[in-house]
Amino acid sequence: MVSKVKKSEYKVIGTRPIRHDGYDKVTGRAQYGADIKLPGMIYGAVLRSPHAHAKIKNIDTSKAENMNGVFAVMTAKDLPRLTDKQRGNSEESGSEKHLSENVMALDKVLYKGHVVAAVSANDVNTAREAIKKIIVDYEVLKPVINVDQAMDKDAPILHEDFIGDHLGKKVKNTNIATYNRYKIGNVDDAFKKCDLVVEKEVELQTVHQGYIEPHSGTAIWDEDDRVKVWTSTQGSFTNRDSVSKVLSLDVSRVKVTPMEIGGGFGGKIPVYLEPIAAVLSKKSRRPVQLVMSRTDVFDASGPAPGGKVIVKIGVDKNGKMLAGYADIRLEAGGYPEAFIEAAAKCVFSCYNIPSMDIEAYDVLVNKPSSAPYRAPGSPQVAFATETVVDEICKKLDMDLIDFRLLNVAEKGTRTALGPKYRKIGLKEVLEAAKKSDHWNSKLEKKSGNGKVRGRGIASGYWFNIGEKSAVNLSLNMDGTVILTEGSTDIGGSRASIAMQAAEVLGINAESVRPSVVDTDSIGHTDVTGGSRTTYATGYAAYKAAHMLIDEITSKAAKIWDISEDDIKYKDGIISSRTDSELNMTLREFADQNPFGPVVSSASVDLEEAAGGFGTHIVDLEIDPETGKTDVIRYTVLQDVGKAIHPSYVEGQLQGGATQGIGWALNEEYFMSDDGKMLNSSYLDYRMPIALDLPMIETVLIEVPSEDHPFGVRGVGETPICPPVPAISNAVNDAIGTRILSTPIKASKILNTLKSM
Amino acid sequence: MSDNNVRKVAINTTINGQEMDILVDPYVSLLETLREVVGMTGTKEGCNDGNCGACTINIDGRIVDSCLVLGVEAEGKNIETVEGMATPDGLHPLQQAFLEEAALQCGICTPGFLVSAKALLDNEPKPSEERIRHWLAGNLCRCTGYDKIVKAVKKASD
Ligand code: FES
Ligand code: FES
Repeated sequence: MVSKVKKSEYKVIGTRPIRHDGYDKVTGRAQYGADIKLPGMIYGAVLRSPHAHAKIKNIDTSKAENMNGVFAVMTAKDLPRLTDKQRGNSEESGSEKHLSENVMALDKVLYKGHVVAAVSANDVNTAREAIKKIIVDYEVLKPVINVDQAMDKDAPILHEDFIGDHLGKKVKNTNIATYNRYKIGNVDDAFKKCDLVVEKEVELQTVHQGYIEPHSGTAIWDEDDRVKVWTSTQGSFTNRDSVSKVLSLDVSRVKVTPMEIGGGFGGKIPVYLEPIAAVLSKKSRRPVQLVMSRTDVFDASGPAPGGKVIVKIGVDKNGKMLAGYADIRLEAGGYPEAFIEAAAKCVFSCYNIPSMDIEAYDVLVNKPSSAPYRAPGSPQVAFATETVVDEICKKLDMDLIDFRLLNVAEKGTRTALGPKYRKIGLKEVLEAAKKSDHWNSKLEKKSGNGKVRGRGIASGYWFNIGEKSAVNLSLNMDGTVILTEGSTDIGGSRASIAMQAAEVLGINAESVRPSVVDTDSIGHTDVTGGSRTTYATGYAAYKAAHMLIDEITSKAAKIWDISEDDIKYKDGIISSRTDSELNMTLREFADQNPFGPVVSSASVDLEEAAGGFGTHIVDLEIDPETGKTDVIRYTVLQDVGKAIHPSYVEGQLQGGATQGIGWALNEEYFMSDDGKMLNSSYLDYRMPIALDLPMIETVLIEVPSEDHPFGVRGVGETPICPPVPAISNAVNDAIGTRILSTPIKASKILNTLKSM
Repeated sequence: MSDNNVRKVAINTTINGQEMDILVDPYVSLLETLREVVGMTGTKEGCNDGNCGACTINIDGRIVDSCLVLGVEAEGKNIETVEGMATPDGLHPLQQAFLEEAALQCGICTPGFLVSAKALLDNEPKPSEERIRHWLAGNLCRCTGYDKIVKAVKKASD
């Protein structure tokens, strides 16, 4: 790791302790979603639509109901009917009706794999047999599977009753759920003043988050109408709210216990199986568990929107950017929300462009309802923007980093949606890239074995959300501390949160024991997503630790019978400022304290953390015989604000980059014309394996955020934004042609080389 | 039981050094047998079709995807899972290295990687990076980018 900050003034922050939950995770003891087994538990299975677009005319469940071993059968008729009321949540929004119908289709299926019925039985194989006996009568409709088809004026309409929002106008009979436009300055005039204008269009196929743990849901609906859910989710409170909405229950009747979560990347924010497990439980009077197969996960959960993006940027003869235009069309899937506002926010985020015009379309298609995927919307637009930037540099014969520095966004730069940036660190990132060993190493264009090589660079951005978190602390008799929180831990956040409390308290990270608790046991905490957890829940831990010190101070003052102002707390030692005889360790205090339990509880509701910027450098080697591309060197540079646990920060950068590499080179939903994903297995949906990659070098740049006491910015999402354009730019460097559609797979490269 | 009335089969097998008799349906996988019959959920299911390696176990010294083996095939075999790696004296060096090197994020892939890597180190105490990457090519991790996993295996072999 290279770090730009001076030797740390911190004792705990910036160190690399073993994560508290690590032991359970290396011994197989940690319990993930499907690992929970309740007494008397039975199993469920769901019936999914084989069609991408069809009306449900009738469902006959009688044969399944009469089967031996079957407890209950359900259809959408067993769910309460909800209205169009909008619900807002971090990275999870939409109407209540759509939420419910995505869980189980009522009268229409909108993608292959859409759930139409479910069964509970005494074992999973019986449940799977039983769903085959359910007979559904469909009227099959023509599907639309990409933005062009969906926006065609004669396109089949997904939702006949849906009213689109086009610049505030209500529009019927449309697959464009939302059309927005964001303008800063006078773009037409600005383009006229430009000496060079470059425009590029890119196309992206749908991709999946690809988390290794499939979705599951386990629930009991008891006789008091209390629903208890165990699930693997990024947000137990968001999950609880969704379950209570779908079932029309008071929120207090639903309790969600988060299990360990086997990856999510945004895809484990929506609910799928939990409400079904609850209804089956009510009908069966048993706890019910459902687990998705891998094919179900691909067919009917997640994915990240594919689509088309056009970007046009104009510069003067010195390379100064004057104007930017973008047209963003992203696939929402069967229900609205393709994160077009986030995409608009990110498209020109790395640059200072005085005039901007961004049009963005949220487009309904017959694919699974899209879910956030690590910086939702940002990688798609970065592909277009960073391609244009690369091309401008070629045309002006300017250095790729100098050009970016000339136009770099910094504190005070106006963003596309209006607000100006607070303190950000892209300039520092680009300067570090310029000095990096990778950028200064020479890349031989020919490998000697007939392969050709290229280097690419690209930047990316994510705005890092804030929102609500709560933390409780309790001091034990021996001076150790119990920390409870509501942020599910996907990648080491228990450690990064506990470390912030430990820093304030002046004790070891190991002396603070963090637990992620259920929704009855802690204040509302938003999803683990948006790169917010270490930032916001960490902030709550910081606050709670200060409050705990206040408690300790006031009780110590009583023990010594002196004024609170006379008490000093430092590094786990409590002392009097005036009487050197009076001092005790936290442990001694905790042991003697006669004034009741020492506890604290804090919550936060934060603004965005001022965003994280990253720049990636990649070297590729392409075999012109086969079109196969190998990544031979890869460097991630990112402003991480402050790295609480640097190993897990590096891990986020490496993991995000790797997902981006997969997105760029291999991953896609390969669709048939009738809207079926043809590669819904890990064999055919080809994610990067260990053999595909070199070590991913990381350079952590620490420009502390002004919005957090330790300068934390959030780090998880930015690293998926630069890889697609960095790789595409490197392919261009290697073969002299741009391939502007993902994935840039071997067959495309081969065809491109042949046609040259 | 369901309509098909298939009889369960009694098998005798050894799991992590413990001999046991269990009853299994002849059509269920060894993965399902471990998780649902024996009650050992350390071995994970990521795909159930042999493509992710989360279910990797060791049978008589060879690593296999337990989702591709039937439970009845465990008869007379010696099976090792992630639960058998640590001893009362502490973690296996690979487990320790995974913790120290932060080689896991969500951890769902970790049991499979540990069982795979152990089989490698049992036979080749000093593998190269290239060899480690080859050996682990059957195990998917979506979180880490493999960097820290490869480093942890290397560290455990030093
Ligand atoms: S579950 Fe066996 S290989 Fe994926
Ligand atoms: S750590 Fe999450 S899949 Fe490997």
